[in-house]
Amino acid sequence: MNELSTDVVIVGAGPIGLFAVFELGLLDIRSHLIDILPKPGGQCAELYPEKPIYDIPGFPVISGQELVDNLMKQIHPFGPKFHLGEMVERMEVLGTPDEPLFRVATDNDKTIEAKALFIAAGGGSFQAKKPPLAGLDAYENRSVFYSIRKMEHFRDRRVVIVGGGDSALDWVLNLHPVASRVTLIHRRDAFRAAPHSVNAMRALVAAGAMDFVLGQVTTLKGENGQLSALTVRKEDGEIYDLACDDMMPFFGLTMKLGPIAGWGLNLHENLIPVDTAKFESSVPGIFAIGDINTYPGKLKLILSGFHEATLAAQRAHHYVYPNKKLTFQYTTSSTSLQRKLGVS
Amino acid sequence: MTKVTFIDASGQSRTVEAQLGSTVMETALRNSVPGIEAECGGACACATCHVYVAPEWTEATGKASQMEEDMLDFAFEVRPNSRLSCQIKVREALDGLVVTTPGKQG
Repeated sequence: MNELSTDVVIVGAGPIGLFAVFELGLLDIRSHLIDILPKPGGQCAELYPEKPIYDIPGFPVISGQELVDNLMKQIHPFGPKFHLGEMVERMEVLGTPDEPLFRVATDNDKTIEAKALFIAAGGGSFQAKKPPLAGLDAYENRSVFYSIRKMEHFRDRRVVIVGGGDSALDWVLNLHPVASRVTLIHRRDAFRAAPHSVNAMRALVAAGAMDFVLGQVTTLKGENGQLSALTVRKEDGEIYDLACDDMMPFFGLTMKLGPIAGWGLNLHENLIPVDTAKFESSVPGIFAIGDINTYPGKLKLILSGFHEATLAAQRAHHYVYPNKKLTFQYTTSSTSLQRKLGVS
Repeated sequence: MTKVTFIDASGQSRTVEAQLGSTVMETALRNSVPGIEAECGGACACATCHVYVAPEWTEATGKASQMEEDMLDFAFEVRPNSRLSCQIKVREALDGLVVTTPGKQG
């Protein structure tokens, strides 16, 4: 167990979480960011890195990835610590409403203590989409996997991988030497994956070392969490059972609120209600900024999230430095702010 | 006024007015039609606005683009008449369009 501590833990490294680092940094507040994605940027980086955004003030047009890159540059002087590819699983309240203290635990055996939490989790954490197959839950983590932690599990097993993207193709190639037989099932004979992976897969099929089936899985068969076969509807209409031990469906990612739902915060339709002066939740010291919060007049806009992060940071100062008075300053004129930014 | 009919997986149907130039996805959201999530907000990046176009309308709506086909790989129970509703723009020729929403989006 890795035990860390900081001033503020920011849950979510999307544009709003990143900008919060900046506003906190100006107030001498250190922060750590946690995100389930392996890279910073949230939806901007994962869903629409190349799509133009037209409503960021001062930028007539900017792509999702450019915005993220700029934010990373902007917060660089504050040296935030990133915990990427990790999900916050648990949150404990250690302090009191007047002197908040929290401990969050990630799924990577890490705990971080902080005086305030900023939930900037957007639409929730990105998690694997689950195909609508009856009884799926019962097989999860025993026979159905959305990611692979232990390759050895698949040794000498018959593995079916479903999908046509890079994840599907990568795992076909990685598991092929380990599994007794790999079958790839995809709805069409075209792939949204690196051409060399597709070529390698086709070569294996041509050599008879693995199978490719054009079709879709309709039914799971097995018992006690162990698959024995999948019913497959082939593109030509034929329906048959394919014997297998494991299935890995790759249908991309979706956003789910996840463990935050169990943190004892007031929630309204999976959003966190906040006041509009401090953007604080029903628990003092826990703030919610960006798409995850709600208040009268809320708009899910990046620019609104920036404002929310700024006001939340002001209030967080009160918790981090209870005895220090906060004086408002401009970055254009304050030499102390400019020193923090490394420009003076 | 152009109209679009949404039929959900249980067969319940709703006809709503659609603005010319807006997408079928936007039309659904504006009218609180259930069954369309549109997680990415119309960027053709999530496949959670998947619909089945009624057979008599598939010619008028046309085929999915290459990018849309790629995204449809992330949808469930894809059929030949599957489209992402954020990629269908409402035109006069689509007045009366009928689409069915799948049982599960994401």
